[in-house]
Order: sequence, then C-alpha cells, then structure tokens
Amino acid sequence: MSDTSPTATPERAAQLPAQSPPVDPAETAAASEKTTHGGATAGRLSWWSGDSGEGAKRNLGLIGVLLVLIAIGALTRSDLYSNPDWVWDNVLSILKLASVVGVVTVGMTFVIIGGGIDLSVGAIVALAGVWCTTLATQSYGAGGMIFSALTVGLAVGLVNGLLISYGRLVPFIATLAMLVAARGLAAEISDKQTQVSDNQFINGIASNSLLGIPLLVYILAAVVAAGWVLLNRTTFGRRTVAVGGNPEAARLAGINVKRHSVLLYALSGLCCGIAAIMLTAQATSAQAAMANLYELDAIAAAIIGGTLLSGGRGTIIGSLLGVIIFSTITNLFAINGLSTEAQNMVKGGIIVAAVLVQQVQFRSLTQFLGRNRLTT
Amino acid sequence: MTQHSRDLSRRRLLFGGAAVGAGVLLAGCTSNEASPTEAQTKAAAPGGNAEPGQRVVIGFSAPAADHGWIAAITNNAKAQAAAYSDVEFKIVEAGADAAAQRAALGTLISQKPNVIVLLPHDGKELNAFGLEAMKAGIPVVNLDRAFPDAKAYRLQIKGDNYGMGVAAATYMIEQFKAKGVSNPIIGEIAGMDELELTQERSKGFTDTLAQAGFKVANRRAARFTADSGQQEAAQLLQALPKMDALWNHDDDQGIGVVAAVNQANRKEFFMVGGAGSKKAMEDIQADNTVLKATVTYSPSMASSAIALARLIGQNKGMSDLVELQVPKEIVLASETITKENVSNYLKLGF
Repeated sequence: MSDTSPTATPERAAQLPAQSPPVDPAETAAASEKTTHGGATAGRLSWWSGDSGEGAKRNLGLIGVLLVLIAIGALTRSDLYSNPDWVWDNVLSILKLASVVGVVTVGMTFVIIGGGIDLSVGAIVALAGVWCTTLATQSYGAGGMIFSALTVGLAVGLVNGLLISYGRLVPFIATLAMLVAARGLAAEISDKQTQVSDNQFINGIASNSLLGIPLLVYILAAVVAAGWVLLNRTTFGRRTVAVGGNPEAARLAGINVKRHSVLLYALSGLCCGIAAIMLTAQATSAQAAMANLYELDAIAAAIIGGTLLSGGRGTIIGSLLGVIIFSTITNLFAINGLSTEAQNMVKGGIIVAAVLVQQVQFRSLTQFLGRNRLTT
Repeated sequence: MTQHSRDLSRRRLLFGGAAVGAGVLLAGCTSNEASPTEAQTKAAAPGGNAEPGQRVVIGFSAPAADHGWIAAITNNAKAQAAAYSDVEFKIVEAGADAAAQRAALGTLISQKPNVIVLLPHDGKELNAFGLEAMKAGIPVVNLDRAFPDAKAYRLQIKGDNYGMGVAAATYMIEQFKAKGVSNPIIGEIAGMDELELTQERSKGFTDTLAQAGFKVANRRAARFTADSGQQEAAQLLQALPKMDALWNHDDDQGIGVVAAVNQANRKEFFMVGGAGSKKAMEDIQADNTVLKATVTYSPSMASSAIALARLIGQNKGMSDLVELQVPKEIVLASETITKENVSNYLKLGF
C-alpha cells in the first residue's frame, strides 16, 4: 500500500489534481477548481458530498446509522422521546457533547488526508487548556485566555510539523513524543492541580445560547464550515488531497510538500487550541489529564467518516457525522442506564464495521450485485 | 526581483517579530503564583512525643500525581516532615507505573532509610517490595493502597472507600426523610470504574440505599477529571429529567459535574460530593450550588503517616493510647461535611 507505488487504485488516482502532465501548481489548482465547478454544472453534486460520489454514498450510510441509533433510543425510552421539548434538548446535548471532539476531528481529518497522523491532539488540548487557565493568564481576561490557548495550540502544531517535515521523523513517532511531552509540560505548569476558570465570559461559552442554540454548537458549525470550504474550495485543500494521495506526484507537480505538511499540523494544533477553550468552558476548569484519549476519538471519527488512513481521501462532513454517531451512542447508553464498558465495546464494534464496509468498494459491490442479478 | 525579496524579508521580519512577541507573552503566562494552600500539618506541641528525639530518616514514594488528591498527599508528607527537626525526608519519584516505582524504591533502599512510607501504584504489585524491605529490617508504612500480605507492612493507614459510599447514602436517606420523599430518583457519577476503590465506594452506596429500600436510577463512570465529569453528568441529567439526589465520587471531577448542572439549569435536586476538596467545601459554605455535602477521603492521612513513621523509627507509641507501639492498622472514618460543620474542615481541604 505504498503511496508511491505506480499501481495506485484508479479511484485514488482520480482524486489527484496532478494527473495531467506536471504544470504550474497554481494552474493545476485552478484547473481542479474548474473541474469541481464543471462537475457541479454537469452532475450537480450535492453540497455535502464534496467532490466524489463515493463520499456521498458513504455519508448517506452514516446518516442511516444515525437514524437507526435514534430509532433505538426512541424505542427503548419512549417515555422520554414522547416529550418534544426533551427531544430537542437531547439533540442539543448530543451536539454539545460532539462539539469539542468535532473541532479536533476537523484538524485531524486534514492531517490524515494529507497522509499524516496526529496522536498529540489530546495532549495539545490539555496543554492549551492548562496554559490559558493559569492565574497569570486569567488576569489578562478572556482575550488573553483565548489568545494563549490558540497560540499554544498553533505553536505546538508547528513544532510537530517542523519535526516531521524537516526533521524527517515519522508522524506517528513525532506526535507520540509530543503527546508525552505536552502532557508532561501541562502537569508541570499546573503543578498537577485542577485549575478552575473564574472568567465568566469563558465559562459562558458553554452555558449561553443564542436563539435557543448553544454557543458551542455555533463554534462547531463555524469550524466545520471553514474546514469544508478550505478542503473543497481552495488550493490549499486540493494540495492536501494531492500530498496525501501521492506525495511524489505532488512534489513533481510543483507543490512544496514539506511546507504543506507543516501547515497541516499547525492547522490541527489550531483546532486543538479552539477545542481547549471550549472544553475549559464546559468543565469550568482545566488540568493536565483532560481531553483523555481524544486522539483516538478523533481518529476513529475520521475513519468511520470515510477518511482513508493512508491519506488522499476524506470528507469533513463524513468526519462530523462520525463524531455525532459516537456521541449519539454515548447518549443512547446514558439514557438507558447501561454501563460504560458495554458502550466502549459497541464503539469498538462500530469502528471495525465501518472500516470493513470501506474495504468493500461501493463501486465494485454494485458491479458484483449487478453481475449476479441481485439488483436491476 | 529585489522588490520581491525585500517584501519577503519584511514579511519574515513581521512574522518572526510576531512569533517572538507571542512567545514572550505566553512564557509570562505560565506563572501560577497564588497564596499557596496551607498544607495539612500537625504543629508540634511541646512535651511528650513531639519533643525532638532520635534522628529518623524517612523514605517516601508516591505515584506522579495527575490530579489534586495525589498532589496533596505528596505536599502534606513533605510539609509534615519539615515540621519535625529530627526527621530527614528522602523522596523518590515513583514514575508512571508499578515497575517504575519498584525501580525507584530500589534506589531508596540503598540510601538506608529508617522507615519507608509508600503509596504504591498498586498494592498487589508492590507486595513483594514490602516483604523484602521488612525482611531487611526497614519498617514499611503503607499509605492507602493495601498490600495483600500482612507481613509486608508495619503500619497500614488508609481511607475508607466503602465507608464513603455509606456516608453519602446515609446523608441522602436523612434528607429524604426530612423532606418526606418516599420514592427518590438517585443518580451516581462514579470515578474510574476499573479501580477497586470505585467499586467499593459504589458498593457501600448501593448497600446502604438498599437497606432503606432505595436504589440508584442511573450511574455513569467518569475519570476523576473535571472534563469527563462534565460530560458524564450532562448525559446523566439528560437521562433523568427529574432527579432528587446525586452522588459524585470525587470533588475534583465534581467541578465539572457542578458546571454541567449549572449549564443545564437544573436545581431540583441536591448533590453530595466525595474526597473533600477546598473548592467543594467553599461551595458548600457559600450554599449557592446544588452541592450540599461532601464525604471525606482526606489526603491528611499522608501527614499522619509521616508522624507515625517517625514514632515507629523512634520506637515510641501513640501517647493517647496505652500501647507502647504504634498500632498495625488505621482506617480513617469517612466524615460528612455539611454547611453546619464545614468551617471545622476547611483547613483540611486540598
């Protein structure tokens, strides 16, 4: 499954904007822009499908899973689901639960599509959270807290990227090292204590709503929208897919692959900074052990959302659906009073099932069914 | 071209300057100077056991803390040792797991302490070390996490996890009786479910409730951190649209639980905490959240362990008891802190 192998699957090759003879990168990107728009006029692709029919079918499948989960909830707790106010509240609570991991997952999706992996996201969230809740930072008010969380996230992401691109470390190792180191630094700064946030503006991010919808949900929506535009409508996004799909071809097409990777990890770090503010607001505090195993939650969500772990393919909407599916499962188990152990087993099962389904290529499945006259 | 490169260098200068500026600003933000929490020490009173005596070297090891309670254990032990002029305190970091702690303890033994005070990662895994040290003639004081083998320790001092559950349930039952609630809906936010102590706490809680004919309607396990507490509590509140009482095992994660309750605008129930953190006690005193009580599992036991280790080293007994030696086992009672008695306990909050 080497990315540089000449026998790349046709499907993945089709995603590369660099399939035409190597030309100026800006022109390539512009060309791919045109193809996207051209496709839109020819086949009018749905807004959530990105640029591939495969992704659309995958997302439809995920929405199906989501509906099944909600149906199970409605059947098992019909007493609760019969109250429309409660149902609306519950939807919001699922989205709030998904919001922090959702923001982290957007950054993670970019890194994975670009052919990397970021294991340090949970640790970056913890470090940024701890950094922005020290008494010294809190004395600068909400602006100072937000600035320091975002800057710390961005800076740690940049270090990750530089280590990987220019230090030539394997992403797995570099970000694993960062995971350990960032949590260590967070524990050092916080002196292993839970740091309570007294800032009413920050705490209000989690408790306040606008037009009946919590601010956390707006932040998630904004980050997802920005991520979608960045991936599907900009040169940066097209380059990300190209770099992840076939770095050598991307390099030959004139893309600065190293610099692009640095930017991807920085983007992931920035998302962690945003998530750190949201999580600090929710818990009204921060500590070195917070955001435990978020890296696995984010990777799992991206994978079941259809992002290819070896890079070159993925959608933001798919990742978002992945996160929402996980928080719906948590909610489903909570309202039924079932144990966390059972919930984790089901989560594991869903990850495996999603990846298995992905290995069965939709197109070849339809061909198979067609050959065997199982469909008309 | 020159125009281009000048642009580039100016841009670089701007970016570099901004980066350095941000770095300086941020570095200034790591300070956490505040009035330090007063450690829980017992001042040496004149006369009796407190008189400086034979010099004692106490070796100490506790896991690297990742939350408030363990941090308080180490701080208390240090402060108590510093309060005695005749105690030399040698601390070794226990690292991240039982194997690392075993290695660290090896270096501690080579420094020939008179007594070792030890909070093991896992009592079962470090049982062999206890046996070895005792055989070498170094008395071991086991702090909180018991060794299965009675020969592995000279003194065992620990909190009462089962008793915490009992105390929390007892307080709730009293409240229900006073308010005339006959069929209460009770929620529980536990700590890390894979730990024995969590299971003991839950067992004490459900056993005591069962005697009064009550049961837990919904239970979620968090991870002793505020953010996990918030998430689990938010889901629990969703599952129980009306609730009468909630027990949360740990006050550190309770910061998140209280946050979730406030975010959901819920006020119809009362909440009982666990462990006895300073923040929880202040909340109980202020009486402006749902938190009305907490049951203790106090890290002050570390201070007591050092005091008793000193007595063991000096071959003395506890002066209030008739016995000439320190007893072999001490289990702290779990006390219930409410608004009425919180002022007595505030100094023990961590």
